[in-house]
Amino acid sequence: MHQTIISAAGAEAANPLVPNVWEMGVVLVGFAVLFYIVVKFVVPMFEKTFAERAEAIEGGIAKAEKAQAEASAALEEYKQQLTDARAEANRIREEARGEGAQILADLKEKAAAESARITAQAHAAIQSERQAAVVALRTEVGTLATTLAGRIVGEALDNDERSARVVDRFLADLENQNAGAAK
Amino acid sequence: MIALALPAQDSGEFTPPGIEELHLPAILPWGAADGFSKQMLLVILSVVIIATFFLLAARKQQLVPGKLQFAGEMAYGFVRNGIAKDIIGSKDFMKYVPLLFSLFFFILVNNIYGAIPVIQLPSFSHVGGAYVLAAIVYVTWIAIGIKKNGLKYFKLATVPSGVPIYILPIVIPIEIISNFLVRPVTHSLRLFATMLAGHLIVMIAGSGIEFLVMQENVLLKGASVLVLAGSIAMYMLEALIMALQAYVFTLLTAIYIEGALHADSH
Repeated sequence: MHQTIISAAGAEAANPLVPNVWEMGVVLVGFAVLFYIVVKFVVPMFEKTFAERAEAIEGGIAKAEKAQAEASAALEEYKQQLTDARAEANRIREEARGEGAQILADLKEKAAAESARITAQAHAAIQSERQAAVVALRTEVGTLATTLAGRIVGEALDNDERSARVVDRFLADLENQNAGAAK
Repeated sequence: MIALALPAQDSGEFTPPGIEELHLPAILPWGAADGFSKQMLLVILSVVIIATFFLLAARKQQLVPGKLQFAGEMAYGFVRNGIAKDIIGSKDFMKYVPLLFSLFFFILVNNIYGAIPVIQLPSFSHVGGAYVLAAIVYVTWIAIGIKKNGLKYFKLATVPSGVPIYILPIVIPIEIISNFLVRPVTHSLRLFATMLAGHLIVMIAGSGIEFLVMQENVLLKGASVLVLAGSIAMYMLEALIMALQAYVFTLLTAIYIEGALHADSH
C-alpha cells in the first residue's frame, strides 16, 4: 500500500512511523510549558477554590449545628431554671404556711397564758380582799359587840323606852361612826 | 485541496490523496529538512489556548463560580474526579492530576484541530508528538513503580501471582513484552493512527467530492451529494473519535500509573 500511494502521488518515500525530530522537540517543549503552567498555577488555583468551597459549605453546616446545640442548651437551661423557680416558690409557700401556723399557735398559747395569769391575779386579789374584809369585820364586830354590851350594861335595861333610846342612840352613833369613818 | 485536485484533473481518473498530503509545505524555511511545519504552529497554539483558558477560568476563584469559571471547573473536575480519582484511588491521586490534566487537554485541543474548518489538521497525524507523549508516560509510570516498590517492581510487574510455576516460563516473556515493549508503542500509535486515519478519510472525501463535481456527466456530478452526506457523517464520527482518543490516552495513563502504584496487589 505504501508503495502504491507513493507511486500514485509520485512523491518521495515517507514512512509515516518515522517522526520529524523538530516536531518532537516542539511537542516536548510545548507540553513541558503547559505542564509547568498547570502544576504551578492551574491546579493550585482550582484546588484552592475547591477547598474554599468545601470549607464554606462544611463551615456553614458546622455553624448551623453549633447554633442548634447552643439553642437547645439554652432551652434546657431555661427549663431547668423554671423547674428550680417552681420548686423554690413551693418551698417558700410551704415555709410561709408553716410559719403562719407557728405564729398562730404561739399567739394562742400566749393569749391563753395571759388570760390564765389575769384570772389567777384576780383570784388572788379577791382572796386577799376577802381575807382583809373578814379580818376587818371580825375586829369591828368584836368592838361593836363590846360597845353594845357596855352600853347595854351601862343603862337600865328594864325601861322599854330607855332601852329603845339606847338602841336608837347606838345605831345613830354607829351611823355617825360610819359616817366619820367614811369621811 | 487544490493541490490534491490537480493530479486528478491531469490524469482524468481519481487519484486518492495519500500520506504525503499530510506533509504540508513548511510555513517557514528552516535549517532542518522540513522547516517549521503547520503542526508545530498548532502545537504551540494549543499550549497558548489551554493555558489562557484555564488561567482565566481559575483566576477569579469565586465560591459561586461564573460561567467561565464553572466551565473551567467542570473540565478540571472531569479529569480530576472522572479519571484520576476513579482510577488511581482517592488516597494518592492528587499528585498525578497535573500530568493527566495536561495530557488530556493537550491531546484534546490538538485533536479537535482536525474538526475545525480551515485548520483541519490534527497535530498527532504526525507521529512525533504521539511518541513524545507516550514516552513521557512510559518513563513516568516506570519511575513511579520503582520509587514505590524498588527494583522488585520489575518482578511484580512481570511475574503474576497465583500462576502455576510450569506456566511461568511462558507468562513472564509475554508480560515483559506486553508491559514494557508493546505498551508504549500501542499507546502512541493508537493516538497517531486514529488521527491519521481520520484525517485521511476527510481528505479522501473532500477530494472525491471535488473529483465528482469536475465530471462532465450530470449523474456523476449529482453523486457528489452522496459523498458529501457520507463525509459529513464521517466528520461527526471523527470529531467523536478525536475527543475519545484524548480520553483513552489519559485513561490508559491513569491505569498505567495505578498499576505501578499498586503493583503488589495486581
